[in-house]
Amino acid sequence: MPKAKLPRKSTNIDMTAMCDVAFLLLTFFMLATKFKPEEPVVVKTPSSISEIPLPDADIMLLTVDTKGRIFFSIDNKVKRKALIEDVNYERDLKLTETEKNAFAIGPSIGIRFDQLKSYLALSGDKQVELQKEAPGIPVDTSVLSVNNELAQWVKSARNTNPKLRICIKADGEAAYPHVKKIIRTLEGWKIFKFNLITNLKAVPAGTAAYAERNKVASKE
Amino acid sequence: MAEMDTSSGGGHKKGPGVKKGKKLSTRIDLTPMVDLGFLLITFFMFTTTLAKPKTMEINMPYKDENLKEEEKNKLKASVALTVLLSKNHRVYYYEGIGDDPNMAPDLKITGFKSKDGIRDAIIAKKKMVEGMKRSGALGPKDEATVLIKPDTTSTYSDLVNMLDEMNINDIKVYAIIDISDIEQGFIRETEAASGQ
Repeated sequence: MPKAKLPRKSTNIDMTAMCDVAFLLLTFFMLATKFKPEEPVVVKTPSSISEIPLPDADIMLLTVDTKGRIFFSIDNKVKRKALIEDVNYERDLKLTETEKNAFAIGPSIGIRFDQLKSYLALSGDKQVELQKEAPGIPVDTSVLSVNNELAQWVKSARNTNPKLRICIKADGEAAYPHVKKIIRTLEGWKIFKFNLITNLKAVPAGTAAYAERNKVASKE
Repeated sequence: MAEMDTSSGGGHKKGPGVKKGKKLSTRIDLTPMVDLGFLLITFFMFTTTLAKPKTMEINMPYKDENLKEEEKNKLKASVALTVLLSKNHRVYYYEGIGDDPNMAPDLKITGFKSKDGIRDAIIAKKKMVEGMKRSGALGPKDEATVLIKPDTTSTYSDLVNMLDEMNINDIKVYAIIDISDIEQGFIRETEAASGQ
């Protein structure tokens, strides 16, 4: 039987097309990526059935970790700059321009006002290190208390951007009294509507919410 | 695409002193470039957060110190279910608002479980209120109301779970209230009675 001779082909293939695809995807992912903002603490939020997505802009984030330490941040560098100007004026912190800029581009803050100046003078890595052992922002049940520094942050932030939506991102293991203090502070400023950040979980079958969701779904 | 026409069409004669440049192929090996491309794709794919976190909206009741006593809405004990959140994710609940100091309410222990948990208690309460509305014992405006009272040993997840139960069971009226000393006493008594 004569063997079928396969013609020897070159193993070189044209990479151009593959290269095109690779870079097309690369461009897509680069543009679609929104880096997670740097967070000083790891927070494991509890789950709920709520499906409201977190808004992109104008949010004030109050992070509470397992030990109840509170970290504060708002988005938008310009607003952060305005915020630190306001806090600097109200609390007479004597911050320099460089320190204010460091705050504007920095991560969440969990530092007392009296430590803030020395903290902002540090370099980025040292700031992160200090934040790990930071005591968090002091909070109290009354907004009028001088020790309630969170109240000052919230007030100044709302001065710079009244549209701010307040989101509490607390760890499931955080004790309730810590969260209560935050809620009391917000209530003190007549803020009665805010958001709690949660993970999504499935609606349990056979409940009122389940019936509601399925009714809407079948209509569509 | 990645090739260029390298044949110099026509080509003029070069002078005798000019060295002839070696003709190099303009084909370049794209393999490393593709490697790099895919490496970066992998990186961006892993760092991309496509799933955004969800939020739960919460409305606290409006509070005003100047509000007069008679302007406040009085809650009927018959529509109320009081839920106490305590340590180890334990949940205590009783019917009514527990405003009578002489009569201890009948505290029941449960938890956030799918069977015989707090959810069933809420559903039962809702049914009861519906029944009372039909029989005319309650007005059409009355709604089953849940009072959530987390104590100092409860965690944030208990609160979120409880608020979630409100959404799950479509309870429209609920409130987060501070726990009273009397109620903390009830919890301690119940704990002692059940030997925990």
